[in-house]
Amino acid sequence: MKVLTVAGVRLRMLLTALIALILTVLPLPMWLDVLRPAFLVLTVLYWSINLPRAGGIGLGFACGLLLDVFQGPVLGEHALALSIVAYIAVREHQRIRSKPAFQQSLLVLAALVVYEFVAFSIDGWTGHPVTSPLRWLHALTGAIVWPPVAALLSYSSEGRLT
Amino acid sequence: MAAFGTAAGRPLQGRGGSPGFRFTLYALFSVVIMYLDQRAHYLEHVRYVLQAAVYPLQVAVNSPPTAWRWFRESVQTREQLRAENARLRNEQRNLELLAMRYDALARENGELRGLRDALPPVAERWLPAEIINIQQSTLRHRLLIDRGATNGVFKGQAVLDDRGLIGQTTHVGPWSAEVILITDPEHAVPVRVERTGLRTIAVGGGDASSLALPYLPQNADIRVGDLLLTSGLGGVFPEGYPVAKVTEVHRDAVQPLAQVRAAALSHIDGDTEVMLVWFREGHPAAPAPAVGSSGDLPRGNAALQPLAAPHRAPAAPPPAQPITQPAAPRSTTATTPRATPKPASAAAPAPAPAAEAPAAEAPPPQAASPDAPPPSPSDSPPRAMGNP
Repeated sequence: MKVLTVAGVRLRMLLTALIALILTVLPLPMWLDVLRPAFLVLTVLYWSINLPRAGGIGLGFACGLLLDVFQGPVLGEHALALSIVAYIAVREHQRIRSKPAFQQSLLVLAALVVYEFVAFSIDGWTGHPVTSPLRWLHALTGAIVWPPVAALLSYSSEGRLT
Repeated sequence: MAAFGTAAGRPLQGRGGSPGFRFTLYALFSVVIMYLDQRAHYLEHVRYVLQAAVYPLQVAVNSPPTAWRWFRESVQTREQLRAENARLRNEQRNLELLAMRYDALARENGELRGLRDALPPVAERWLPAEIINIQQSTLRHRLLIDRGATNGVFKGQAVLDDRGLIGQTTHVGPWSAEVILITDPEHAVPVRVERTGLRTIAVGGGDASSLALPYLPQNADIRVGDLLLTSGLGGVFPEGYPVAKVTEVHRDAVQPLAQVRAAALSHIDGDTEVMLVWFREGHPAAPAPAVGSSGDLPRGNAALQPLAAPHRAPAAPPPAQPITQPAAPRSTTATTPRATPKPASAAAPAPAPAAEAPAAEAPPPQAASPDAPPPSPSDSPPRAMGNP
């Protein structure tokens, strides 16, 4: 059984997060954009659930801040939302990990809804338009693609960790 | 596997304390950042640095579409290239023919207005910029372009393409700048109907290329097909650039306002390049500073007044032979002189002659009501007067 070093894990986390960020900001036609799952949130969730001590909250914050530079109406909006989601995942990681795939997807859906809700509220407080109901669709598609994404990510973190 | 409960066997033990503590720290930090960014705008420099940091990533993100475009261009056949060449040649000839009379018209216009010599064009300098990234979701319509502060780009600069207005820059990094499109729901552009001179505000509609005109009363004189030009108010866009064409007018008897939608003339989907524009300081058609333009609205539409004598900056010498001015109420005290979007014979290269048409044949300004958005003056006097 291979045990990863801290540096190795950090590197993997950063690389996968970078790929997820690219997938999140990749220009897509509008109808596809509506369906685009929040890959960055899924990645942060994955690392927070499976390696709760590896610093998922910090990863969430950093990725969120980068995402804000790309497309946030205010700096710090996605950073806060991702920190919250990562914190919930770290706290509940044992409960989430032990569930079968379908129930895991449902829990991920709940986490994504929390994420969207935080972003939605901050949008509202800072005076940006929050009118489109389509934004909640991201949460649904995110939950649907969770099993394959988690399987893909587990390739990158093979090796058992305490 | 090491024993439980000891730090030795946990290579990934968090170093910054318990998750709860770290979460609190990060959350507080985010809230502070948000506050500073939103309320106080202290973070312009931080944004500048961050934008520089993510620039390589943004270029990388855009590389697949760029590669695809390059691939498609490189496999074009000879016939296609020849056809395109012929089309471009044709277009160029037409433009040259149009431009041939432009100088003469500009001078003639200036003479008619009593200016001693025609004004120079309002646009001083152009800079093409390539689109690096397009974000078009229902809530955000943004572009990223490959010009930034090192090219002299500033915040709030007008961006055009060859058909019309695209938007303005919002965040400027060293080598890149973010552009908010006029179709973004957060964007509003002051416009004027080309046919009537009616001024209003066009807000982004949220879908790919539409704008909404939410502040027009029921009886406003606006029709499908009307061209909307920038009105020059608001301090960002100069007067007279084409913005959109009205596509839909609904007059619901129950609602106090008409529901009007327009389609943007610029075509972001097809563009790979946009134009950044620098405007001549002090030009009458240049964007008026936003502070001064607040006093502009109550005066009604300046373009509707009989333009006998040119209105100039105080420093300039008076015209050679001042034409007697009809007793029109002209309250120029409220604003700085260059806030009046007055003659601008050479306002915009393309729409200049058409843009000035309503001003020339407009009636005296009694129709312009002192408050509220100025009602339509010319075509439907009874309706316009009936409901101020």
